[in-house]
Amino acid sequence: MKKELKFKVNGQPYDIFVKPKTLLVEVLRDLVGLTGTKRGCNSSSCGACTVMLNGMSVKSCSVLALQANGAEVVTVEGLAKGNQLSPLQKAFLDHGAYQCGFCTPGMLMSSTALLTENPKPTKLQIKEGIDGNICRCTGYNSIIRAVTAVVKGEYKEAK
Amino acid sequence: MIKDFEHFAPKTLKEALALLDKYGDDCKVICGGQSLLILMRQGLVSPKYMVDIKGLSELSYIKDGKDGLKIGATTTHRTIEKSAVIKKKYPVLAEMETRLASIQTRNWGTIGGNVCHGDPAGDPAPVLIALNATLTVAGTRGTRSIPVEKFSLDYFEVDLKDGELLTEIQLPAPPPHTGTVYTKFNIIESDLATVSVAASVTLGSGDGVCQDVRIALGAAAPTAIRAKKAEAVLKGKKITEALLKEAGEVAATEAEPISDIAASEEYRLELVKVLVPRMTREALARAKKA
Repeated sequence: MKKELKFKVNGQPYDIFVKPKTLLVEVLRDLVGLTGTKRGCNSSSCGACTVMLNGMSVKSCSVLALQANGAEVVTVEGLAKGNQLSPLQKAFLDHGAYQCGFCTPGMLMSSTALLTENPKPTKLQIKEGIDGNICRCTGYNSIIRAVTAVVKGEYKEAK
Repeated sequence: MIKDFEHFAPKTLKEALALLDKYGDDCKVICGGQSLLILMRQGLVSPKYMVDIKGLSELSYIKDGKDGLKIGATTTHRTIEKSAVIKKKYPVLAEMETRLASIQTRNWGTIGGNVCHGDPAGDPAPVLIALNATLTVAGTRGTRSIPVEKFSLDYFEVDLKDGELLTEIQLPAPPPHTGTVYTKFNIIESDLATVSVAASVTLGSGDGVCQDVRIALGAAAPTAIRAKKAEAVLKGKKITEALLKEAGEVAATEAEPISDIAASEEYRLELVKVLVPRMTREALARAKKA
């Protein structure tokens, strides 16, 4: 039996009916139609499905969609303001902090969560911040460089 | 694939207990679901009914009092990790949390869920055993208390009867001159433990004698266990290097680990022999400073 799920994704309200077994990642990709959030390992190991749920980073492959009822979800599509990329997105581009790009949405969400909590992390704290995200092209150094550039204030928030 | 189930999201503990009482063996409790959903996806667990207690805010709290600390079962790992009172009074608990899985998992997963999952490699159980924690379990017929070291019965099996729900974890106020530490050995930082050890040492005032000691092992037996014989080697004595080595060897006789993809049985026993002295030595150093 389907149940009602009312929540916001990137500020947009949704009111949909889902089977209770539906996972948050499935709702975001298949029902809301935002495919930036990736479904990788499907077992909360890889972090490609990371989104923000009420301001906290979570792995959307391991959250029941119904648990997001009443919540605010932000996906990678919600980081840019109009056509203006977020500072982290710009820094990722400039530093080549991606290769195949599959881990990038998750990396961006984890880095965004990190900088929201701690705007001035050390290198070790940046590493800890993306600890739950795997990049199989082994681009960690460039990702850390990109986050560091934002921490140093080289990228400004769009007005 | 996860099988279909009927989902209930009770708003109060009373409602939750009534649902558990009604559906008994056919239902499963889900909170953060960080462990359970993995088992469900593998088809290992397929309940007909799910009682979702993630929204039970009345069970999400950290209360500090004279007689110790009370942690509600639906408190997330991340809340514990960041709690100022826990960092001050039970630093080992916050340290353990920072090593539990990833930030994302800790943001949604809960301490109660982890303990009820009964994974012998879970991080919280050994630390809670070393801290001498007690659990409160509620049912429609009333509540009962159980020491955390008796809660796990076997692999992924805990002492919860049909209709019962873990509601609270109580930690006694740490005695003076006590130091508690935890570590796990693993290859990938955010993985489960290959073997984990928590140790707590309480020194007598001034004399440096080990008045009390608690040593807990994770991933070294079907459940997290207390290495009581190893504790007996140290209790009532001035701890020396020779005694620490002996305690490690005795702890290995109490362990009964398995061989799996992470390590062989022999390797795990060797880890116990190495980590028990190392952690007890660190706990002793902390106790001296406390």
